[in-house]
Amino acid sequence: MIAVELRMMLRRPRVWLCWALLCALPALVAVLLAATRLAPPPGRGGAFLSAVVANGQLFPAAALALVLPVFLPITVAIVAGDAVAGEASAGTLRYLLVRPVGRLRLLAAKLLSVAVFVLLAVLLVTATSYGVGVAAFGFGPDAAVGGAGGIASLSGAVLTPFDLLLRTAITVGYLALCMLALGAVGLFFSTLTDSPPAATLGVLALVVAGAALQPLDAAAAIEPFLPTAHWLAWIDLYRDPILWEDLRAGIEVQAGYVLVAFGAAWANFATKDITS
Amino acid sequence: MSVDGAAITDVIATDGLTKRFGRVTAVDSVDLRIPEGVRFGLLGPNGSGKTTLVRMLLGLVHPTSGAMEVLGRSMPRHAAWVLPQIGALVESPAAWGHLSGRANLRLLDAAGPGGLGRLRRDRRARVEQALERVGLAGIDRRPVRAYSLGMRQRLGIAAALLRAPRLLLLDEPTNGLDPRGIHEMRALFTELNDAGTTVVLSSHLLSEVEALCTRVGVMDAGRLVLSQDLDALRAPTGRVLLRTPDPATAVAVLDGRVERRSGDVLTVRHDDPAALNAQLVANGVRVSALEAQRRSLEQVMLELTGAGADRVDRGRGTPGAGAPAGEVRR
Repeated sequence: MIAVELRMMLRRPRVWLCWALLCALPALVAVLLAATRLAPPPGRGGAFLSAVVANGQLFPAAALALVLPVFLPITVAIVAGDAVAGEASAGTLRYLLVRPVGRLRLLAAKLLSVAVFVLLAVLLVTATSYGVGVAAFGFGPDAAVGGAGGIASLSGAVLTPFDLLLRTAITVGYLALCMLALGAVGLFFSTLTDSPPAATLGVLALVVAGAALQPLDAAAAIEPFLPTAHWLAWIDLYRDPILWEDLRAGIEVQAGYVLVAFGAAWANFATKDITS
Repeated sequence: MSVDGAAITDVIATDGLTKRFGRVTAVDSVDLRIPEGVRFGLLGPNGSGKTTLVRMLLGLVHPTSGAMEVLGRSMPRHAAWVLPQIGALVESPAAWGHLSGRANLRLLDAAGPGGLGRLRRDRRARVEQALERVGLAGIDRRPVRAYSLGMRQRLGIAAALLRAPRLLLLDEPTNGLDPRGIHEMRALFTELNDAGTTVVLSSHLLSEVEALCTRVGVMDAGRLVLSQDLDALRAPTGRVLLRTPDPATAVAVLDGRVERRSGDVLTVRHDDPAALNAQLVANGVRVSALEAQRRSLEQVMLELTGAGADRVDRGRGTPGAGAPAGEVRR
């Protein structure tokens, strides 16, 4: 079932459209920046954008910061919300279950396919934006001085290319985890309804609610547990030395979300009457 | 009704099976026995609980109370053992619209037990055979979303046949098929049944059940109100329908045994059409047609199921009802 599910996902036009759009937005920004050379001043605009003009190698980080708040959650919500509810509304759920595919196995396959989707999404954005960034902005002036491809971290120290690669890899993993947490919630919502849009909108409502509560001082007590709370912690990876504290908290909370949401999905789905 | 249940194993046996959805009781303490090897027709108006019963047998819906055994093992506990031996069509066929029919069957087959491993080698052959059987061998790469209703129905039946099931559970299998398609599928089900597959089909079309099944169950408002062999159900009524060009003579000869006369058709109280024929011919009455009257399935249904529960479907044509196939002699 797991292999079948992955194959099914890769054959869905919708999935490829999501990936294409995710990669297109940063590319569009890169083209505009390169054409106008009007970078936003440091501290305004998206993270890293001001530094990008000087060195294209930082563009993947800028691109991730661009898609993270809205674009990425939307695509995750669409794919995860569709996971079970989509099969239910198409009627294929009952045929899968009588094939038979065990209900736990079905859920696990769906979660895994969501995980692969988010990982590939983040990787694709990183890879294409690296290419676009380097093509548009070059390797930066530091290349001549501080050795090949050396770039400045947010704290000013110079990062080696290997260092940058490592930090980018951790970023990809961290963001994939954050999005997987959202995807697991989407999977849970998807078992509650037979309508994929309802599940998708539920996930987006959660994101919006999180973003709305986060800046409120009154919500400080629950702030660390909001789904969106630690989404920006990865920016600390580009400081020198790396500030791990927020990242660690983020990993714990997001992994907690995955576990709790998957547990809830299983609890609901295991004994659910399939009347779709 | 299932006195023979002891000798032949039951493929389906339910015991006080009940399902409530909130306040609605969809299936109400049903005790159903279906012996192996029969062609069973589950009849009843729409909303009488047929589909819920089928879903429970397949482990999709969990019973509120009662127990059931399918292929001799309790469900849904032994679903992993039972379900691979069942081919099912539930309510309507369904497929992934963006894939071709062939890709649909391959993925569905791969999703089940055996997955991409053990059974992989014969998958291609199995899929082709199933498509061949339902008359879709020549389908191209068009996505299912472009299929007609009839093609989808055939694809759904092909999916049910994929793993050479011991038991076929088909809910309204001829929906959307034209008369030729219905005839083809009936022949296919009969052929599979001859090879040992038990066929259970639920329908509200009496003609379909009458033409295919050897045994019928009737549901009404969630209850199983009848489960009997079709032959017994349609037993002769002890009357004979006689068509003759000499009705007046016939009435005189038969002396009081004629119950009704309408034109040249007489309804005669008589158990033996052959003896009646001999008597008439001996007395110079010419006989155009003679047949033992049988209860039609439609009559049975009308007597058993609640009035007005589903008038639209019940009124649909039942070719067997008007002229039951009895012996016709000249």
